[in-house]
Amino acid sequence: MNAAATYGWFARHELRLAWRDWLSMMTAGQRWRLRYLVLTLIAFAVFMHLVAAAMVGRFAIVGESDHDALVIITSMAFLSWCLVLSQAMESVTRAFYARSDLDLILSSPVASRRLFAVRLGTVAGSVALMALLIASPFINILALNGGAHWLAAYVVVAALGLAAAAVATALTVAMFRVFGPKRTRLLAQIMAAVIGAAFVIGLQVGAILSYGTLSRLALFETGAISRHAPPGDSLLWLPARAMLGDMPSLAVIVGLGALVLAGSIIMFSRRFGEYAVAASSSSVQARGVTPGVIRPFRRASAASMLRRKEWKLLIRDPWLVSQSLMQILYLLPPALMLWLAYREGSGAMVVVVPVVVMISGQLSGGLAWLAISGEDAPELVATAPVTTAAVIRAKIEAVLGCIAVVLAPFVVALGLFSPIDGVIAALGIVAAATSGAVIQLWFRAQAKRSQFRRRQTSSRIATFAEAFASIAWAGTAALATAGSWFAVLCGLAAIGILLGARTLSPVR
Amino acid sequence: MELPHHALEIRGLRKSYDRPAVDGLDLSVRTGEFYALLGPNGAGKTTTLRMVAGLVKPDAGSIRIRGIDALADPVAAKRVLAWVSDEPMIYDKLTPWEYLEFVAGLWGVEPSRAQAQAEELIGWLGLAPHAHERCEGFSKGMRQKVALAGALVHDPRVVILDEPLTGLDAGSARQVKHVLRERVSNGDTVIMTTHILEVAERMADRIGVISSGRLIAEGTLDELRQQSGRSGASLEDTFLALVAEPAEPAQAAE
Repeated sequence: MNAAATYGWFARHELRLAWRDWLSMMTAGQRWRLRYLVLTLIAFAVFMHLVAAAMVGRFAIVGESDHDALVIITSMAFLSWCLVLSQAMESVTRAFYARSDLDLILSSPVASRRLFAVRLGTVAGSVALMALLIASPFINILALNGGAHWLAAYVVVAALGLAAAAVATALTVAMFRVFGPKRTRLLAQIMAAVIGAAFVIGLQVGAILSYGTLSRLALFETGAISRHAPPGDSLLWLPARAMLGDMPSLAVIVGLGALVLAGSIIMFSRRFGEYAVAASSSSVQARGVTPGVIRPFRRASAASMLRRKEWKLLIRDPWLVSQSLMQILYLLPPALMLWLAYREGSGAMVVVVPVVVMISGQLSGGLAWLAISGEDAPELVATAPVTTAAVIRAKIEAVLGCIAVVLAPFVVALGLFSPIDGVIAALGIVAAATSGAVIQLWFRAQAKRSQFRRRQTSSRIATFAEAFASIAWAGTAALATAGSWFAVLCGLAAIGILLGARTLSPVR
Repeated sequence: MELPHHALEIRGLRKSYDRPAVDGLDLSVRTGEFYALLGPNGAGKTTTLRMVAGLVKPDAGSIRIRGIDALADPVAAKRVLAWVSDEPMIYDKLTPWEYLEFVAGLWGVEPSRAQAQAEELIGWLGLAPHAHERCEGFSKGMRQKVALAGALVHDPRVVILDEPLTGLDAGSARQVKHVLRERVSNGDTVIMTTHILEVAERMADRIGVISSGRLIAEGTLDELRQQSGRSGASLEDTFLALVAEPAEPAQAAE
């Protein structure tokens, strides 16, 4: 056993907490789900290896002098690093704002910087581990097809993960100093999501503008980037060379990753406590409305009150808005494609309509969770003289209202371009949104709104049903847009998914 | 219109989870009465009141609120009832003013009447300086007062409170007690669980003691003393004597 309050002791404490947190998130507190989790993970790993084989199998045999290969590897590594950085920013922000054991630690007579150094290290470790897990199918396939030298990529990915954690810490601290604790949480989380999405979306936009497809790989495969990239001896290709097994490059990358992380921990762990205290102080400051805008009570039905309340709560919670509406970012590429289609009269509708339908399903699932499971005063609503059916109807109307506001411009634009496609999109949106909402209704489980990001863990069946129903409705819309009668079959499949979810749901 | 004699009538109420939480409970609370429900932890007080409020479905038994069968017509029963839990559940992103407007809307109260009532409650409970601030930064006491104002804004005839004074400072507790006594003096009924025996002793017209899901004693403080066989004892001594030796279920005092 380690001596109390040493780095090792704190590390053991942090690892135990992290492990239990992860386990509880994956199994929703039900130990019996562990074996299903293991089986699911194995199945997922097999599936990801098949995906990796299809995606990167043909790129496995390359040499260090292959300029195009260096470009593709570096670009893909950067794309993945953006996602890892986004995850790291989330973790660091959570570490700043989580209260859990902070009062205990800060009021104890130990040097808190030790714990915070370990906590930052744990964040870095978990980020690197996640990056390794995501990358492992691709690395394994490359090693299998191209040779063992590809295994060096594991070390590079870990080093890049550590560097991402260090950069995320520095960015979050910088935001803390510039914007203050009150705004940093929201801004950091928005920034994390934008970083995560921007590169993928940017590539799609580039691909659309150049080649008219939504494929993020299209841009690389044509050599368009390669022609403008630096020469082969540039330091920019160091990570790619390291991945290809070049030992000096590997040593530099590992050294840099460790150095950046160590510097970040030494620099920031000492003041971590101050930031955390400032973060917690900021959360208890009262926010008021400007005097003079107080309006008298309005006459409204209970249903109208419930709808208005849902909208008001959503509008006033920028974090939730950012989390639930972040998917709108993914509408940018189809929007651009729609605009190009207007100009050129191409058949982009088959691509645009299902994307919009898919987004409506996902958006609906999130918003319905907030309205139904994330009700902050469930007992107040339950003791009101309103039937449960009326309450649920009002809440679903509130969700559909939000989706209508967000997606109406798209439907109108589609309708102007092609009325029949507009109608198909509108029907698809209604079907997908209703499906998302009713699945949340069937699998409702009371939770705090702040647990929004963990909503998927409460029921795996609900999560999968929501995703598959959205996909099925999107497929139906795509086939209908293409004029195929298979749309009917796909629509029936969507209804089948809903019936299956209903059968398996605890609330019947 | 003639008022019903009983604000609450419970007969043979049962609810089991892993074991019986409420076990054939009979309880009657008169109209215009301040009734305190006492009992050790896990005695079934909260489960009983949650069944009355329509938050938990009983396994068996009947509940009548001001003569309305709460199980057959829950919406009508809820119209005259207010429930305040020990953990105030309010909306962080609404101001107390907006919260009261929302609650009044749920109960379908005429806006002008609800607004006047809200202004009065906000004044009584000392919430005026914060009436237009969002609740997210409020202390537990402030939140409890907002929840209580919400419970009273629709002018309920029966108010049920589960440990309403938990976490309140002395000043806030006095304000809440004052507001509740006012309700009773206006002819409304207040039913409250509490672990603060002094509050029950000073405020309640009658006290019911529950143990293992059954009513084991009921009456005024003097009647409880007699039932425990300790005349002149404090409520604390009387209560401990009653729950230490569970008696036969008390006949609902009429």
